Amino acid sequence: MKRYSVFAIAKQAMNYHLGWEKAWASPAPKKEYDVIIVGAGGHGLATAYYLGKNHGIKNVAIIEKGWLGGGNTGRNTTIIRSNYLQDPSAAIYDKALQLYEGLSQDLNYNVMFSPRGLLMLAQTHHEVRGYLRTVHANMLQGVTTEYISPAKVKELVPIINIDGPRYPVLGALYQPRGGTGRHDAVAWGYARACSAMGMDIIQQTEVTAVRQEGGVVKGVETTKGFIGCKKLGVVVAGHSGQLAEMAGFRLPIEAVALQALVSEPIKPCMDVVVMANTVHGYMSQSDKGEMVIGGGTDGFNNFTQRGSFHHVEETLRALIETFPMISRLKMLRQWGGIVDMTGDRSPIISKTPLGNCFFNCGWGTGGFKAIPGSGWAMAELMAKGEPGALAEEFSMWRFKEGKFIDESVAAGVAH
Amino acid sequence: MLILECPYCGVKAEETELTPGYEAHLKRFGPGATPEEFEAYMFARKNPKGVHFERWRHAYGCGKWFLAARCTATLEVFGTYPAQSSEPPADLQAKIKAKRPNWEGYK
Ligand SMILES: Cc1cc2nc3c(=O)[nH]c(=O)nc-3n(C[C@H](O)[C@H](O)[C@H](O)COP(=O)(O)OP(=O)(O)OC[C@H]3O[C@@H](n4cnc5c(N)ncnc54)[C@H](O)[C@@H]3O)c2cc1C
Ligand SMILES: [Zn+2]
Repeated sequence: MKRYSVFAIAKQAMNYHLGWEKAWASPAPKKEYDVIIVGAGGHGLATAYYLGKNHGIKNVAIIEKGWLGGGNTGRNTTIIRSNYLQDPSAAIYDKALQLYEGLSQDLNYNVMFSPRGLLMLAQTHHEVRGYLRTVHANMLQGVTTEYISPAKVKELVPIINIDGPRYPVLGALYQPRGGTGRHDAVAWGYARACSAMGMDIIQQTEVTAVRQEGGVVKGVETTKGFIGCKKLGVVVAGHSGQLAEMAGFRLPIEAVALQALVSEPIKPCMDVVVMANTVHGYMSQSDKGEMVIGGGTDGFNNFTQRGSFHHVEETLRALIETFPMISRLKMLRQWGGIVDMTGDRSPIISKTPLGNCFFNCGWGTGGFKAIPGSGWAMAELMAKGEPGALAEEFSMWRFKEGKFIDESVAAGVAH
Repeated sequence: MLILECPYCGVKAEETELTPGYEAHLKRFGPGATPEEFEAYMFARKNPKGVHFERWRHAYGCGKWFLAARCTATLEVFGTYPAQSSEPPADLQAKIKAKRPNWEGYK
C-alpha cells in the first residue's frame, strides 16, 4: 500500500493523477482462512483490522453479499458521541470515540472525523432529570460531558427556537468531543488497511449456510462455493437473525427499518449536531451544506430498506417546530436501513452456542459511533476465545440472566 | 404505505391508524417458567425474512386487536384475521403457500 500524504498528492499532480493504486484488492476466495468475517460493514471491517493489528491474525477473509459499506454503515447519519448512561456502554462508546480521534492518522485515510460538539435537547422535566443523571454517571465513568442552560444552547445553535410553544428547550446534554464522521470513509479506510495487511475482502458473495461438525464451525457455504475457516465472526446487522438461524440458534433480535433524509444544500447555518429525542428528530449539516435528518424506527419487522412515509412527516414536523427556518427547505433524498434491535437496545458481542462462532450485532440505530471500539472488542474476543473487559457485559445470554444494559431508557430514540 | 383490513369493522386502515404489536400467537410464560422459556417468550422473537404473523391494533378505529400475515421482505399483505385464533386460519395458510411455495408453513 502506498501511503497517502501531501507529497503523494504533489507527485500525482505532476502525473495527471494516473498513478493512484486501487485502495483494496478484489481477490478470488481461497479454500480456507484462519478467520472469516461475514459482513463488510464498519463493524466487520474494524474487527478484521484489529485482529491483524492487535493480535497478528492476518489470514482473514471478509465476505460481503453486496458492496463493502453498503449496509447501515453507508446509510447512517454519522452521529458520534459517548455519553451513554450505563457503565458497559460508556466504556465501549468512549473507547470508540478515543479511537475515532486518531483514526485518520492510524489508517492513513481521512475519515473526516469532525468533533463539532453534540447536543441532546431536554424538552421535558423528565428529560432534564434524565440528562442530569447521565452527566453524573459520566463523571464517575470518566466520560467528558456537561449539562448546559437554554441560553448556552441558543448561543451554540442560533437557528434554534428555544421557546416552544409545545416543547420549550429547558437545557441540553452537551458533549463537545462528539460530532460526526464520513461514514463511507470509515468503511473504505478500514478496508484499505485490511487489504494492505493481506486480508481478502470478497464482495458480491452471500453466505447461505454455516457448516458445522461436532458443535464447532467448519466454514461457510457461499454463492461462490464453500470456504473453510477455523473461526467465524458474524457481523451482519439487520441480517443477524438469518445468520443465527443458519448457525442453529435464535438471537433476541428483531429487524426494523430506520430512515434518514437530507435537504438541498444551503449555506453553513449550524456547526453542531442537535438531537431532540422527545419530539423525535435530529439534525446536523454536512460539509456539502445539506441538512442531514433522522427520526424514529418503524414499529414492525421489515427488510425492505425503505421506511414508512409518515415518519418523514412526523420527523419534519418536529424539526420545523425546533428550527423554524428549515420549513422552506426542499428534501433531496430519503432512504432506509435495516437495524437490528435487541430488547435492551444494547449490542451483542458474544460467543454463541456454536463453537468458534462469534456474533457482533444488535447495534440497532446507534452503532456507527461504536465502530472502532466494537471492532477492537470483537477482535479481542475472537483472538482469545473469551471476551475482554469491553465485551464481557454484552453477552447474548444476558437476556436469560436478566442482566440488561438498559439504554432504551436513556435514549428512547435513534441514537 | 402499509394498509391492513380490520377483520372486525372491515375498515381498510392505513398504518397511521394502527398500532403494531409484533409477533402473533406468542405462548406466554410467567412465574414458574424456566429462564430459557421466559427469555424465549420475552426476547427471542421470530424475526423471519419472509412470511410473518403479527398482532396489530386498530387503535384509531374500533380499538380492537387483530392478527395479520405479512411478508417482511416485500411488505406484501396476505390477509388479516381475528385475534381469537390460536393459529393462522387454514385458508390463509393455503393462500400463503400458493404464493410462497418455499414457505415451510406455520411453526
Ligand atoms: C438511517 C440510519 C441512521 C443511523 N444513524 C446513526 C447515527 O447517526 N449514529 C450512529 O452511531 N449510528 C447510526 N445508525 C446505526 C448504524 O448505521 C449501524 O449501527 C452500523 O452502521 C452497523 O454497522 P455494521 O457494520 O454492523 O452493519 P452494516 O453496515 O449493515 O454491515 C453489515 C453487512 O453485512 C452484509 N451481509 C448481510 N447478510 C450477509 C450474508 N448473508 N452474507 C454476506 N454478507 C452479508 C450486508 O450486506 C452489510 O454490508 C443509523 C442507521 C440507519 C439505518
Ligand atoms: Zn377495526
